[in-house]
Amino acid sequence: MRSQARLAALLLLPAAIAVFGVVLYPAARALIISFYDVDSPFAGRYPFVGLRNYTDILGDSRIWTAAGHTLYFTVVSTAAELLFGLALALLLAAPLRLRWLFRAVVILPWALPTIVTGAMWRLILNAEYGVANALLTQLGLQDGYRSWLGTDPFLALNMVVVADVWKNTSLVAFFLLAGLHTIPRELYEVARVDGAGPIRSFFRITVPLLMPTIAVVLVLRTIEAFKVFDIVYVMTGGGPASGTQTITFFTYLQAFSSQRFSYGAALAYLTVLAILMLALLYLRLLRQNQLRGLS
Amino acid sequence: MSTAGLSRRSLLRLSATAGAGLVLAGCDVGGKASSGNEGSGEGKITALFMQQAGYSEADIRAMTADFAKANPKITVEPTFVAYEALHDKIVAAAAAGTYDVVLIDVIWPAEFGSKHIVTDVTANFPASWKSDMLGGALATASYQDKYFGVPWILDTKYFFYNTDMLTRAGVEPSSLSTWDGVLTAAQALKDKKIVDFPLIWSWKQAEALICDYTQLLGAFGGKFLSDDGKSVAFDTGGGLQALEFMKHTLDAGLSNKNSLESLEEDVRKVFSGGQAAMALNWTYMFNSANDPANSKIAGKVGVTTTPNGPAGGPGVNGSMALCVSSGSKNQKAAWTYVSYLTSADVQNKYAKSSLPCWSKSYDDAQVLATSPQMVPVAKKELANLIARPQVPKYNEISQVLQTEVQKALLGSKTPKQALADAANQARSLI
Amino acid sequence: MTPGRGYRIFIHVAALVASVVILAPFVWLLYTSLVGQNDLSTVPLRWWPSHWTLARYRDIFAGRQNSVAAEFRTAVVNSVIVATGTVLVSLVVGVLGGYALARLRFPFRRASLMSFLVTYMLPPITLIIPLYLLMSRFGLLDTKLGLIIVYCSLAIPFSLWTMSNFFGTLPTELEEAARVDGCSRLGALVRIILPLSRPGIIATALFAFLLCWDEFLYSLIFTSTANAKTIPVAIAEFTGRNAVDFGLIAAGGIVASLPPLLLTLALQRYLIGGLSSGAVKG
Repeated sequence: MRSQARLAALLLLPAAIAVFGVVLYPAARALIISFYDVDSPFAGRYPFVGLRNYTDILGDSRIWTAAGHTLYFTVVSTAAELLFGLALALLLAAPLRLRWLFRAVVILPWALPTIVTGAMWRLILNAEYGVANALLTQLGLQDGYRSWLGTDPFLALNMVVVADVWKNTSLVAFFLLAGLHTIPRELYEVARVDGAGPIRSFFRITVPLLMPTIAVVLVLRTIEAFKVFDIVYVMTGGGPASGTQTITFFTYLQAFSSQRFSYGAALAYLTVLAILMLALLYLRLLRQNQLRGLS
Repeated sequence: MSTAGLSRRSLLRLSATAGAGLVLAGCDVGGKASSGNEGSGEGKITALFMQQAGYSEADIRAMTADFAKANPKITVEPTFVAYEALHDKIVAAAAAGTYDVVLIDVIWPAEFGSKHIVTDVTANFPASWKSDMLGGALATASYQDKYFGVPWILDTKYFFYNTDMLTRAGVEPSSLSTWDGVLTAAQALKDKKIVDFPLIWSWKQAEALICDYTQLLGAFGGKFLSDDGKSVAFDTGGGLQALEFMKHTLDAGLSNKNSLESLEEDVRKVFSGGQAAMALNWTYMFNSANDPANSKIAGKVGVTTTPNGPAGGPGVNGSMALCVSSGSKNQKAAWTYVSYLTSADVQNKYAKSSLPCWSKSYDDAQVLATSPQMVPVAKKELANLIARPQVPKYNEISQVLQTEVQKALLGSKTPKQALADAANQARSLI
Repeated sequence: MTPGRGYRIFIHVAALVASVVILAPFVWLLYTSLVGQNDLSTVPLRWWPSHWTLARYRDIFAGRQNSVAAEFRTAVVNSVIVATGTVLVSLVVGVLGGYALARLRFPFRRASLMSFLVTYMLPPITLIIPLYLLMSRFGLLDTKLGLIIVYCSLAIPFSLWTMSNFFGTLPTELEEAARVDGCSRLGALVRIILPLSRPGIIATALFAFLLCWDEFLYSLIFTSTANAKTIPVAIAEFTGRNAVDFGLIAAGGIVASLPPLLLTLALQRYLIGGLSSGAVKG
């Protein structure tokens, strides 16, 4: 037992050095300054304010608004990615001709750098000369050009969701495809022999056995959605009327643009707390599934 | 040694490291700030510039090469970043003192000066500069009557119009000297169905919105802050009238509704595509709109000073300044470099990329030749600039204003209510 | 089970529809990289442009020195080097640590894993200024090595997680048999476990590669010159303060997506195998 512990320490040492060596000092500093009032990037004497930053945050309506946007964004984009991802995964597992080509197509959105994705959607949805407007109008599906990102904050938020879903559904699809591969073929055979149609076996076999994978994807995407920044930054810059400001974007504005470092640090740790609770929830979920003997 | 002992030891080790990290981090908030140095006046310095605006990278490298010839003991290493990244890079690098010379935007001297990110160079300013530089330019890097940098890339928003469309509508360009005249012209253009929405602006939720608002606020005689700088003044008088003017042009169908998601580049595209007749924009649009590769209206572009409101027609100061960073260990050499780059000779030589900040330059034949149509207009307008408020928390005030002004323009609040709300939030920030 | 004809037609049509929806923006991206600036802002949009141009690709592949397009070439090289370095380091470290987490018994096992994951949850924005100071003091600013070190701190927690999960799913009998035959633990690791874990390793490698390829904030702040600038930063610099040549951004984006695309295609069989074990078993 003790030699195992020693070996474990040895094997984990490189990882510990590589990660904590880099992260520990910045993370500790951020935690400490969250209890002070630091408003410049230099070291120096700053007033100690205890928990005031944290209480201010909980009382700041802009943050609750941003949290609301983040929640909406997370729920809708994750749900959409799961739905479309599942559909895509089923297609990818089906006996298609030129399957490799289809896989290449599905991978493409994932391979495109996020900043290009954001700029691309911004141009597609442009109110004056965007191709979305051109297509919809010329096909007779809408009367005239409309503004997708400029006038209606809620519509803009939904458009950011669309861009995010387009990029990330491929990843979800591949995860779910892997999960599909673990379901034994025999189960479907047995079901067919018993007279179950495809829809019945989908809901009775596929979905339940895919649950562990779905749970993993769900939490993974939720964490990523909570941290979303790049795509908002490029597509809308938080507008219109702050309608697409998410928590991480707001943290960036506080910490960098306004140089309110302490406030930003406190907000970051509150966000980490929220994500951590989610992750612990995931562990509980998965442990429960394991106990049911599904793995 | 038992397992428990080993785990206790590793636990101890972990907490020791954690403790060290905390102590190190704690030093940051209890200790002294490190400061820069005058330096010997020679050696290596690094400079941070912006990409793709004003002077090009090639221009700056050429300037630097000439500087090196004249000052062999100083080597300069210029680096270039995208404009969006400039502020963040300066803030991130401040404590480490990576850059000796930095280029800053006109809205940052208060923030950077009050936090000692850039040094106060008032002492280095020769007295002659105050009279030789264009009046509007001089204030670019000043804060609390101190100078924190030297103006370098001047810019303001001019009023551009499509000469062809105006002729077809029978509008005289001279009538565009006032905002009332502009509205009349716009109405004529709309009535004669020459263009659906004659005016296009950059009213997206970004600093660009505040630039337009500032220019109008000045035209209506408004102020951002009271003269003593202690209270907010944009929610009444000229400030309110400016916002009401903006809303009115939207409601009357004279301004393109898509202005609300447009930045300067979108304004350029719309104007160059012949989808608008008149627009406010920075100097760069003049060359771009006249370039057949990028524009459908090349050769039909007119430019004039910004129209007058009841109180005049100041242009918004959109310039940039060169500063010496406070963390620089070689501030003397940095200053030598800065004063070289900003000297009249260098600026005149590259006037095609960016107009100089010295009054005499505008009478110089070489400068005039770079843009015969633009230079006389620039000479007039650059002498009359209005600045956005120079307060340390300007960024936050701007964000508050951006949100509220957009709400007013979208119609979810009246201009009066929006500005009142903005004023409430801004009060605690000045 | 031979699928019926109706079923086959259905899935092919569905795949076609899905492909069109997925590809449409991408095709448009390709289009914008090939047409003149004017055509992008024409209203109403004409579907056949007046002006095709390969100029942007020419700029990228053969542009003159010191132009933003030429810097893009260097950025691609930098990105490849940084990504490869990060992948190699994080794989080795992840394999070693993952083995420990999966096979060895020691106290605080779960807590160790969680503490690594918590670092993954911290938003980079919070860490960036003190990290900048650290990098500056060690002379790592604007170096590829510095970027590799920082990216490893992001990739290693993830690789620890996937590797430990994957190793956990492998049956222990094979290793035990090898060890009975006199093989050391590490020997068993190399000779038995690694070959069986190829899918998991490839999967982790691909995720780590894409993480480096796409990462923007750290690269933006920590790099300044062609020494270390990576692709996202180079693309961001196609945007001037006011002027934007979106066609160039599009061209850059397309060129930038080719390496990950080709890499994933080449390794896709392993990707699926690896994902299944890494993701599903807790």
